[in-house]
Amino acid sequence: MTGPRWAMTVDTRLCVACKACVLACKAENAVPDGFCRDWLVEETRGEFPELHAQNRSERCNHCSEPPCVDACPTGASHVAGGGAVLVTHDKCTGCKACIAACPYDARYVHPGGWVDKCTFCLHRAQRGDQPACVSVCPTYCLDFGDLGDPDSVVSHKLRERRFKVLHPETGCGPNVYFLE
Amino acid sequence: MAYTRREFIRIAGAGAGAAAVGSGLASRWWGADGDPVPDPGTDGDRVVPSFCELCFWKCGILCHVKDGRVTKIVGNPKHPLSRGRLCPRGTGGTGLLYDPDRLKKPLLRVNGRGGQSFREVEWPEALDRVADGLKALRDKHGPEALALYTHGYGGSWFKHLLRAYGSANVAAPSYAQCRGPREAGFRLTFGQGVGSPENTDMENARCITLLGSHLGENMHNTQVQDFALALSRGAGLVVVDPRFSVAAGKADHWLPIKPGTDLALLLAWIHVILAEGLYDHEYVEKYAVGLDKLREHVADKTPEWAYAATTLPPEKIVETARFLAGARPASLVHPGRHVTWYGDDTQRTRAVAILNALLGSWGRRGGFFLPAQLPLPKYPYTHYGTEPKPPADVAKGHNYPFADETIASGVCEASIPGTADYDIKGWLVYGTNLMLALPEPEKTKQAIQALDFIAVVDVLPAEITGWADVVLPESTYLERCDELDAPPWRVPFAAVRQPVVEPMYDSKPGWWIAREIAHRVGLADYFPWKDSVEYAMQRAHAAGLDCDVMKRDGVVVGAPAAITIEDGVEPAFDTPSGKIELYSQALADAGFDPLPEFTPPEEPPPGMFRLLFGRSPVHTFGRTTNNRFLSQVMSSNELWLNRRAADELGLADGEQVVVVNQDEVRSEPLALRATQRIRSDCVYLVHGYGHDAPGLRFARGRGANDTRLVTRTKIDPLMGGTGMNVNFVRVERRQP
Repeated sequence: MTGPRWAMTVDTRLCVACKACVLACKAENAVPDGFCRDWLVEETRGEFPELHAQNRSERCNHCSEPPCVDACPTGASHVAGGGAVLVTHDKCTGCKACIAACPYDARYVHPGGWVDKCTFCLHRAQRGDQPACVSVCPTYCLDFGDLGDPDSVVSHKLRERRFKVLHPETGCGPNVYFLE
Repeated sequence: MAYTRREFIRIAGAGAGAAAVGSGLASRWWGADGDPVPDPGTDGDRVVPSFCELCFWKCGILCHVKDGRVTKIVGNPKHPLSRGRLCPRGTGGTGLLYDPDRLKKPLLRVNGRGGQSFREVEWPEALDRVADGLKALRDKHGPEALALYTHGYGGSWFKHLLRAYGSANVAAPSYAQCRGPREAGFRLTFGQGVGSPENTDMENARCITLLGSHLGENMHNTQVQDFALALSRGAGLVVVDPRFSVAAGKADHWLPIKPGTDLALLLAWIHVILAEGLYDHEYVEKYAVGLDKLREHVADKTPEWAYAATTLPPEKIVETARFLAGARPASLVHPGRHVTWYGDDTQRTRAVAILNALLGSWGRRGGFFLPAQLPLPKYPYTHYGTEPKPPADVAKGHNYPFADETIASGVCEASIPGTADYDIKGWLVYGTNLMLALPEPEKTKQAIQALDFIAVVDVLPAEITGWADVVLPESTYLERCDELDAPPWRVPFAAVRQPVVEPMYDSKPGWWIAREIAHRVGLADYFPWKDSVEYAMQRAHAAGLDCDVMKRDGVVVGAPAAITIEDGVEPAFDTPSGKIELYSQALADAGFDPLPEFTPPEEPPPGMFRLLFGRSPVHTFGRTTNNRFLSQVMSSNELWLNRRAADELGLADGEQVVVVNQDEVRSEPLALRATQRIRSDCVYLVHGYGHDAPGLRFARGRGANDTRLVTRTKIDPLMGGTGMNVNFVRVERRQP
């Protein structure tokens, strides 16, 4: 079956680590107080005054080979449309096997008893809207789209720019790309 | 504030109980996997367009309301300032609306001022008390003895009230404590200030130069959008900052300048640009006066001369001068926003303006556009009557000839009897937490104690409310309609603020409060409208705008206007010469330097550091630090100290420290951020923390209050701005 292959790009040259994405996600997805589905990493290297900085808006990488799905004993963690990794709340027992398996620390236990994480805002994607984090970003550093479509913005950016993924050595095939 | 994810969860888990999200998750089926795609169900059953008030930029927002509750706030794509996007604060309006610490009832003071003891009363009693205070003041001292402090868009009703009452003492700390010198410096040079929102065409710039301006951390939505768009199109970036700011991390050239010496760098850049003939000859010839005097003035301001002051290598100064000149005229030297630093700030921003003039950027695409504005006729009010006395914002025998707004700190001093030409005896304070906004807070307290009367209108029980005789609880921006917003901008537009939900508790909108006071002091004729919606729509209608469209979309955008020389606009300069004044005869005539002169600032004593402060993208000063939604991602400030300097002091990253200033004022404890990202002669913290108001139950006791440490200022002799980066501190381990 062919369908979209969802992916996200993060332009680290533009990101100012303002956390608008974190708060927009929390509002859109009613993420409970004290938790978040996306977060910022501000990395500085070097010694004064020879310094280099990188800002990254990070979240679940919606891996092509998701270890969390393999680890889930109940089938709650699953690969949904477009390759997005989701958790079905009703099937989740909160056992945290997925949390242990995730190399990105992208999951948390929701006070409701299930494990929660970024959904790529599939509820928005299915009506043609961008994820909340992408649509709020005041630096235009986030893009979301279909890697299977050579004309999508994410396909264009990955052809034109140098990029990296986080922890490629795990072999998970992450689908969030950091443009450098 | 870079938490790792696990830390974030741990910190949060300590505070928040396991409050499950109430609404059941609606399930919809999508895709072939048979599992539902969860929809969190935060879309509103109605969506109300309005504009934001978490800061003063006034971005267009769309507010989702479900079952009478605001579920989320997103950017309005039709609004030119938000373009559908928001900064972190914009999303956080719900954290203000639903702040459990909000002022809920009018309060009357019971004991002495500052004692924080009040009793709750009904509105009529509170308003009568304010009216009595105002009437007594008018009878005893004259109407000019009343001052209004205002910051925020609902303040317009109170400004109108003051003018009707007969006082010109209307002040905001956003002038003499913030952007005032920049306005004065640009007005002296180009005949107009840059205003707010600034007329910077960053989006189209090919090179952007920032001096101390930390865009990205200092978050004004459209500016940051324009900044990012320019970078994405390959614009060059020069950042001059003693701190490796977020913007510095993106720069082609970061110049870690010694604090207080920016003017020396600017003069050396001008020297190089003139000496190498890199300026826009045609533009300067056509539009500017004073080039020869400028050339003579900077002849000895060589990069080597500037090196001694700035510690920046001469070859780097030459290289960056060529870099930014190479992109002209689309080369923007940003005027900054908070620029009250060293008391010579108008002269420094004059140098910024002169540099821009040499680059030919004023009026040019990628420089400063010449803004368009939608003409909005004033409401046909009864004439105000006789001109009020000039503001008493200057001490006797002093004069700040180039101030173009009232000096907030001066009005405060005029409340200390005998200081100014006449005494200020009463304050109305609208949404301005003067305890954290004016330097030298002990002086502010002294002034308040000398007043006959003080009333505060606010949403939250900020420190200033503790000093009031009467506290009037205002509705938040999501519960009220205010004045229309139609600022000069790239495209002309007019936006409306509409009530999204009914006022909570016993709060009332500012327009209602101002009108009720007016009715009680014999000024009812000045408030003839039924409510602010009727008022706003009257103005919109008079301007020929479609009120239905405005209510539906939140904004009416006019036809695109010509805003640059490239578009065919011929710039006009409202200066004495009618031209750009590189050399200012007006300054010479008033006894000031007609061309900016650099004076080295006082050095920090051994063992002390210069105290610098700045902004976070998540907060607007101390106004939002009680916002529990926003504070989830930043709940305290930290003290930035150079890592090597910290090592020498034996202080470790993350430990609790106390900052002590030259006058032995000790800060509240805060965490140390020992970092490579700052010079070793200064420390830095984000402004707005260290609240001590008991009613701010979340913010109280978090982080340190930099304002208390600003016990010294250096006054700008041109416009009365209070230079605040002149305080020195030592850093000590917190004693257990």
